[in-house]
Amino acid sequence: MVLLTIVSFSLSFLFPGDALINLSGQINTSPEQLIQLSENYQTENSIFMQYYSYLGHILNGDLGLSMSSQTPINTEIANLLPATIELSMVALLLSMVIGIPLGFIAAIKHNKTADNVILSVAMIGYSIPVFWLGLLAILIFSIVLSWLPSAGQISLLFEIEHVTGIQFIDILLSDNAYKWQAFQNASEHIILPACVIATAPGTIFIRLARTSMLEVLETSYIRAARAKGLTFNQIIYRHAIRNALVKIIRHVGLQFANLVTLAMVTEVIFSWPGIGRWLIESIYQRDYTSIHSGLLVLSCFIFIVHILTDFIYAALNPLARDNIHGS
Amino acid sequence: MVVLMMKAKRFALNKQAINLTLALALITLLSACSSEESLSLSNKSLVYCAEGSPESFNPQIITSGTTVDATANQLYNRLITFNAKDNSIKPSIAKSWHVTGDGKMVTFYLRKNIAFHHTDYFTPSRTLNADDVLFSFNRILDESHQYHQVSGGSYPFFQSVQLRSLIQEIERINDYTIRFKLHRSDSSFLANLATDFSVVLSEEYGQQLAKRNERQHIDVFPIGTGPFKLKEYKVGSLIRYYRHDQYWQGKVELEQLVFDITPSNTGRLTKLLTNECDVVSYPIAHEKIVEHPNLTLESVTSFNVAYLGFNTQKAPFNNIKVRQAIAYAINKKSIVDTIYSGKAEIAKSLLQSASWAYDDKVVDQIYSITKAKELLKEAGFENGFEMDIWAMNVQRPYNPNALTMAKLIQSDLKDIGVEVNIVSYEWATFLQRVGKGEHQTVLLGWTADHPDPDNFFTSLLSCAAVGTGNNSTLWCNEKFDELLQKALKTGNIEKRKVYYSQALAMIAQEMPLLPLAHSKRYQARSNLVRGNILSAFGGIDFSTVTKVAGGSN
Repeated sequence: MVLLTIVSFSLSFLFPGDALINLSGQINTSPEQLIQLSENYQTENSIFMQYYSYLGHILNGDLGLSMSSQTPINTEIANLLPATIELSMVALLLSMVIGIPLGFIAAIKHNKTADNVILSVAMIGYSIPVFWLGLLAILIFSIVLSWLPSAGQISLLFEIEHVTGIQFIDILLSDNAYKWQAFQNASEHIILPACVIATAPGTIFIRLARTSMLEVLETSYIRAARAKGLTFNQIIYRHAIRNALVKIIRHVGLQFANLVTLAMVTEVIFSWPGIGRWLIESIYQRDYTSIHSGLLVLSCFIFIVHILTDFIYAALNPLARDNIHGS
Repeated sequence: MVVLMMKAKRFALNKQAINLTLALALITLLSACSSEESLSLSNKSLVYCAEGSPESFNPQIITSGTTVDATANQLYNRLITFNAKDNSIKPSIAKSWHVTGDGKMVTFYLRKNIAFHHTDYFTPSRTLNADDVLFSFNRILDESHQYHQVSGGSYPFFQSVQLRSLIQEIERINDYTIRFKLHRSDSSFLANLATDFSVVLSEEYGQQLAKRNERQHIDVFPIGTGPFKLKEYKVGSLIRYYRHDQYWQGKVELEQLVFDITPSNTGRLTKLLTNECDVVSYPIAHEKIVEHPNLTLESVTSFNVAYLGFNTQKAPFNNIKVRQAIAYAINKKSIVDTIYSGKAEIAKSLLQSASWAYDDKVVDQIYSITKAKELLKEAGFENGFEMDIWAMNVQRPYNPNALTMAKLIQSDLKDIGVEVNIVSYEWATFLQRVGKGEHQTVLLGWTADHPDPDNFFTSLLSCAAVGTGNNSTLWCNEKFDELLQKALKTGNIEKRKVYYSQALAMIAQEMPLLPLAHSKRYQARSNLVRGNILSAFGGIDFSTVTKVAGGSN
């Protein structure tokens, strides 16, 4: 975390222009305001004091103003981040629900046709660039078949009040007369982008699930269970799946970082009002304050998810739990 | 996290049971939304995919077409307006008006019971009266008015027509009568008041904001008398309008009007094809839309002109013969065929054939390489020369692709030995530099704000326009200006016609600019949308639009 803030802080010096303006984002300042600002950020003092005051600003939730819109970045991020979280979570769920069972099937049918088919599909899915897949999906499902909408989070006709920022929760909270219709509409909107994002992590989950299942099936306790005379189904459902899953969960955190990167590109293609699209637009507009604050928030978010998945892993796996508390 | 827990539990339960519950949940979800509901919401609402965000919600302070489209006819009304059929002036807020014989006094009699918008941020206590009209115009004219400097104090349209030097005084006779006293008679005055820029704001709202010291809100949270009121605006994303229930011209059919801001051309096309937009502005792929059974492509002849302007202050274009030679060497027909796919009128003069001041005796510039070469020889450029053409890289209503047009001209001029370099800048910089006269020649255009022909002449070629950036030729001819003044002073349309045809002949002779094409404005819509949206002048209008049943959205 400290490292992240250092990187973000030094970015303001590396970007073109005045470091103070890059940090605060205030472009139309009068000389008096500028003096006030430089006092706030202690630019007269040593670089360490500057960094210290920058940390103070961040901890107080002050990320500066966006250079292009001149609105506080923390409110912009608060508006946009939930949309990205929603999309990533749905995509993660999707990739796991589809990827893991497929991986298990591949492992169980090891070296048979099913295994080969699943592996080759996974390979193709993993190799397709996400922007191309996104455009292809729009072309096929939106334009040719007109099954699903191509852009946005929900049809603009529905007026959903912004409470949590997570669209589905907001819809359920709202007292809109067309609540169910809005819910259905929002679901239609999320299908395409979520599937596109889920493709690459999904294929990774297939391979992870396959490997870990193969490993588990090799272990002595499975052999013991088999020797006890349990049926194959019993072995798989009662023993193998649970133990293989624990290994996969460790990787979810890692995959999440990958997923958010994919989500950023996908948000642009599907005009999803999330932080990824906002960040990419900021890059186009050379809005340095938004870029470094946005990166900081996004990295922190991924960091937190990593820690959370580690905790979950520990909670589910007695061995890891003992490692943490033990010795 | 919850997800993971669920997964862990999931395997403890019977898998089949889970599948069954999931399927049931899905069925309930889908059946919960009845088709009746779906019909009602999309029938009462319309989504318009616009090409950009408005700069402000007050058309008084802007000139951009995008902003006019988004605000003028949706939120506001003017004293008088144009009749879409014959471009004559018809009553709006003013039920009638009277012009004195010398043309120096114009009296407007206002309609009663015109209600202002009732919104989350303003509740009107009275209907429109003369105070509101006075407030709206004094804001523009009176530099000491408390709202004059709000939002920058610049009123570009009114500055270009020199309204301040024209109006002597605005007098409030009684609650529903208002009189404009003019310094001189001006036959384009009424037309200027009927443009999209001359909207009427609420004086009561202005006072309330001033009390709260929130004056800048007047152009951000607009209050008007128009068919729609603002509900929500997300910069760069959407504008949501609701119907103004007390609209004085009768009930508006649409309950909700949403402007979906989609700057990408392909994005707008995709949304049209997927039914996410009902109407889109400036569509691309015209053939595709025409072929599609559920879509309609429509166009309106808007009064505009695309031209090649010569900087008459810079050599060699200060030489009239060089300008004429270039004009002879450009093949307008191939330009119109290529750039506009033949869907534009070849410009014979500054004015379109639909304008009343159009003179059919003005002959088109002929295309002749030999004549061009002769003229160049006379001017002393037998071996040709090198020149710059400035072309913008953005699509404009009068010119869909200026860069390609510049390339066509480049190859045309090669035939007479003239080498052309094409220069382009980002749009705002481009206009700024042209305004300073840094160019040699420039591909630009003009879209008329109202049907009066003066709008073309005075704005583009008068001496007064030289410094403003509108007159890109920097051409200033006193005789020409005199003609324009004479035409404005007289109210007799036949006399004006004579003056304007003299002016047109003068342009053809002096050739400060070469008119190239009069283009059409395009729009595509779903067949479910009925009613007129486009008009020849100014912005789009959704007040009479309806949607028929059968939509899925």
